[in-house]
Amino acid sequence: MDSLARSFLSEIERFLASAGVEPTALGKQALGDPNFVFDLRKGRSPSTRTIDKVRSWMAQQSAPGGAPKSLQRDAAALTHLERLEAESIHIMREVAAECEKPVMLYSIGKDSAVMLHLAIKAFHPSKPPFPLLHVDTGWKFRDMYAMRAATAKKYDWELIVHKNPEGVAKNVNPFDHGSALHTQIMKTDGLKQALDTYGFDAAFGGARRDEEKSRAKERIFSFRDQRHRWDPKNQRPELWDLYNARKNKGESIRVFPLSNWTELDIWQYIHRESIDIVPLYFAAERPVVERDGQLIMVDDGRMRLNPGETPQMRRIRFRTLGCYPLTGAIESSATSLLDIVEEMLVATSSERQGRVIDKDASASMEKKKQEGYF
Amino acid sequence: MTRFIEFAGGDVEAYLHAQEQKDLLRFITCGSVDDGKSTLIGRLLYEAKMLFEDQLTALEADSKKMGTQGGNLDFALLVDGLAAEREQGITIDVAYRAFTTGKRKFIVADTPGHEQYTRNMATGASTADLAIILMDARKGVLTQTRRHTFICTLLGIKHLVAAVNKMDLMDFDQAVFKRIEEDYRAFAKSLGADEITVIPVSALLGDNMITRSTTMPWYHGPTLMAHLETVPVGDDLAEKPFRLPVQWVNRPNQNFRGFSGTIVSGTVKPGDAIKVLPSGRASSVERIVTYDGDLEEGVAGQSLTVTLKDEIDISRGDVICTANDPAEVSDQFEVEILWMSDEPMLPGRPYLFKSSAKTVPGTLEELKYKVNVNTMEHVAAKTLALNEIGVCNLELDSQIAFAPYAENRHLGSFIIIDRFSNNTVGMGLIRFALRRAGNIHWQAVDVNKQARAALTGQKPAVLWFTGLSGAGKSTIANLVEKQLHAAGHMTYLLDGDNVRHGLNRDLGFTDADRVENIRRVGEVAKLMVDAGLIVLVSFISPFRSERLMARELLEDGEFIEIFVDTALAEAERRDVKGLYAKARRGEIKHFTGISSPYEAPEKPELRVDTAKVTAEGAADLVVQYLRDKGRLAK
Repeated sequence: MDSLARSFLSEIERFLASAGVEPTALGKQALGDPNFVFDLRKGRSPSTRTIDKVRSWMAQQSAPGGAPKSLQRDAAALTHLERLEAESIHIMREVAAECEKPVMLYSIGKDSAVMLHLAIKAFHPSKPPFPLLHVDTGWKFRDMYAMRAATAKKYDWELIVHKNPEGVAKNVNPFDHGSALHTQIMKTDGLKQALDTYGFDAAFGGARRDEEKSRAKERIFSFRDQRHRWDPKNQRPELWDLYNARKNKGESIRVFPLSNWTELDIWQYIHRESIDIVPLYFAAERPVVERDGQLIMVDDGRMRLNPGETPQMRRIRFRTLGCYPLTGAIESSATSLLDIVEEMLVATSSERQGRVIDKDASASMEKKKQEGYF
Repeated sequence: MTRFIEFAGGDVEAYLHAQEQKDLLRFITCGSVDDGKSTLIGRLLYEAKMLFEDQLTALEADSKKMGTQGGNLDFALLVDGLAAEREQGITIDVAYRAFTTGKRKFIVADTPGHEQYTRNMATGASTADLAIILMDARKGVLTQTRRHTFICTLLGIKHLVAAVNKMDLMDFDQAVFKRIEEDYRAFAKSLGADEITVIPVSALLGDNMITRSTTMPWYHGPTLMAHLETVPVGDDLAEKPFRLPVQWVNRPNQNFRGFSGTIVSGTVKPGDAIKVLPSGRASSVERIVTYDGDLEEGVAGQSLTVTLKDEIDISRGDVICTANDPAEVSDQFEVEILWMSDEPMLPGRPYLFKSSAKTVPGTLEELKYKVNVNTMEHVAAKTLALNEIGVCNLELDSQIAFAPYAENRHLGSFIIIDRFSNNTVGMGLIRFALRRAGNIHWQAVDVNKQARAALTGQKPAVLWFTGLSGAGKSTIANLVEKQLHAAGHMTYLLDGDNVRHGLNRDLGFTDADRVENIRRVGEVAKLMVDAGLIVLVSFISPFRSERLMARELLEDGEFIEIFVDTALAEAERRDVKGLYAKARRGEIKHFTGISSPYEAPEKPELRVDTAKVTAEGAADLVVQYLRDKGRLAK
């Protein structure tokens, strides 16, 4: 490559970077050759005529009113959200076709809301060929219980609610037993009981890979042995979009159709599809106490106050919804979906920061998952 | 979990709209251990300001606790998410991370470098559009670089980026870079790689990652991020002929019968003439149904439901194609295989093959060769071990619609599933179909099995005696045959040792040869059953899959598996032929029970416990069984 070509290439690279133009678009529009920039990068020496042509094209683009049009997406191609939607639907249909008794876990949160909506779409005009299951800890916010009832009714969808009866008998709660034990007994054990009782061989969950480090490692079809344990060091290969749903008796699969979605994708989709979500995601005046650096909402009489704690009215909302004394709120004035997205765009901390259960120990989620947590 | 750098406040709706217009690039990072893959991803996320404060705080703490960078941020800890990985400082499995820049959305799969985790690397590579292959500037092109490049080209990844990392340790020397670049290009070209970009970087210091390096003014190509943001993505699948593999038959009520699936190529409109494969039935599209209303056109990538004008029989796994240019159909192919199981691939053993929505039993035939992934040489081989790659023919039990992998990934790829463990044990790519199936026709004959059986007054069957060497199989089989013969039945005894003197004398005792041994005996037994005989097969036949294969050659009730159950210690004590002693001395390799496994039958028709029953008693049991089942009419 001679020095002329080299300096010309730097000129082009600078232009591409500053104007946000694709190299293929430049080649195509200036010369009718989409590979031009790539050839140049590989060492092609252009003629002076070619250089002139490209320079004059670049000058036109930079002129006022001549903004580059090359960022236009091909109209026939699917958008990012459309692709994610198609992928999730594909996954759900594979499970419906290959598993004997699937179930969809419903946690009442925003990701669950999106997952349910996608399931309705996947099987339309049929109803999804599986029931919903809520593993209830007894410690969800009142608004969440209201949403649960409304959702089952709206979709006319069978909803199974399971509460660990041993936990209920012993009155297991986050105050006396701490977050770790409460989660283990009411969520992890409760889930295992429910799956065993009904004989479900596949369970959909709304987890995303961008939530947490061990989730980022998990397959879309995640296998569990007879005791519901995950073996992260020995996961089944998962190739292309060919999912192997076969398993031995007693084994089960957790399926994550939202694996490739990000938090922003979820909000964007809720906005695009007008999906109902629990009002707690929106800011309102609510009674809270500050505890261990978290804002804990006093939802009703179930909340025990420590000595010296007096609930105060603050304008708050939740980024993520779990068991209520274990989920921290944030101060916010976001009252619409767009407000929420805007807040998220300028946020400086990640969404699971509000989850007390993630902080029990390092690699805590991986440990919980090995024990059978979703 | 990513931050959004380019949002500067203002119109959120417009921002969201712009986000939605962005396209997505899926890429992987691979390369040798310690070349800095995880560091590179961590650096990209960090430089692009895609980490939240709480994540950075956690990273700082983790770096102090277990970092390898002397107190500086250890970016690898951001990506290695499993406890075992963080403890050992290696990557075991693929981690997927999404991030967004001003121009594009990305999903990156960080894949492991160790050879033992090659199957996990392939998992990440199978869905990638681009691969970054890292090299250490001090070491240049290594064996692992070659192996990963080979797998990337095998899987058809279009864009290869070779990032020559740790340039800071070589004084940012252009000559070093040039030498590695030339080496790599020469190698990648020999594999037929399409597009190769080579970039000198320092992932640790950030040179040529996002901003142009000031220490390498001699480099004029794009930075790594600039390349990732501008490389053309997308495929031409929408321009190819229409193909819709049916995933699920949608029948909410008697008035609606739709076929749900994801279009893998082409476009479709109501009224289009279609053909359903492999049956070849024709119809035309009536409606394209989605929850959001009927569509005027469906395009590749969409998951939807179509209804047809005619009521034709279609089930899961069928492929709806444009009638003008339907897909090819075949049951025999030349394929490339990457083996992913600790148990070796055995030619002739029945496996399940899943291609798009169809799962079909079939067998892999003898290997044409395996590829030494370190030297690219073709080597003769009988089996494939974990992570080995080879070429062979695939024979399926029924026909499927397909396309060569190079033309359509979705119709040219398959996974291989073990029938007992249900694990995914391999991945494969279809090169082309073999035409042999079309050339060998079945000769229809008038005198058939039923006619011959009627003449002999017996129902033909196979009595399959399995068990350890020295268990007493041949002794019992011999007694059974004597009884049957005396009663006027037509029989034949196939004995393992005898058959190995003739029909199977070219076979040894490796696992692969044992499979072929049983396949041949199964086929011979089938011909004899067809001739109306009661066939006694006395073979160790140690593997469940092969006994199942023999069973499946025959009709229901014809295969009677008799497990001659003798404890290993007892068989070894008897040691009639002196073989156990030899095996213990290491003079016989692959001896069942000693150096090769015996898989006991799970549900044999008969089990004979030789500790409790004499050989004569066992023979009586077998003959009684045949009487009870009405197979001895006379």
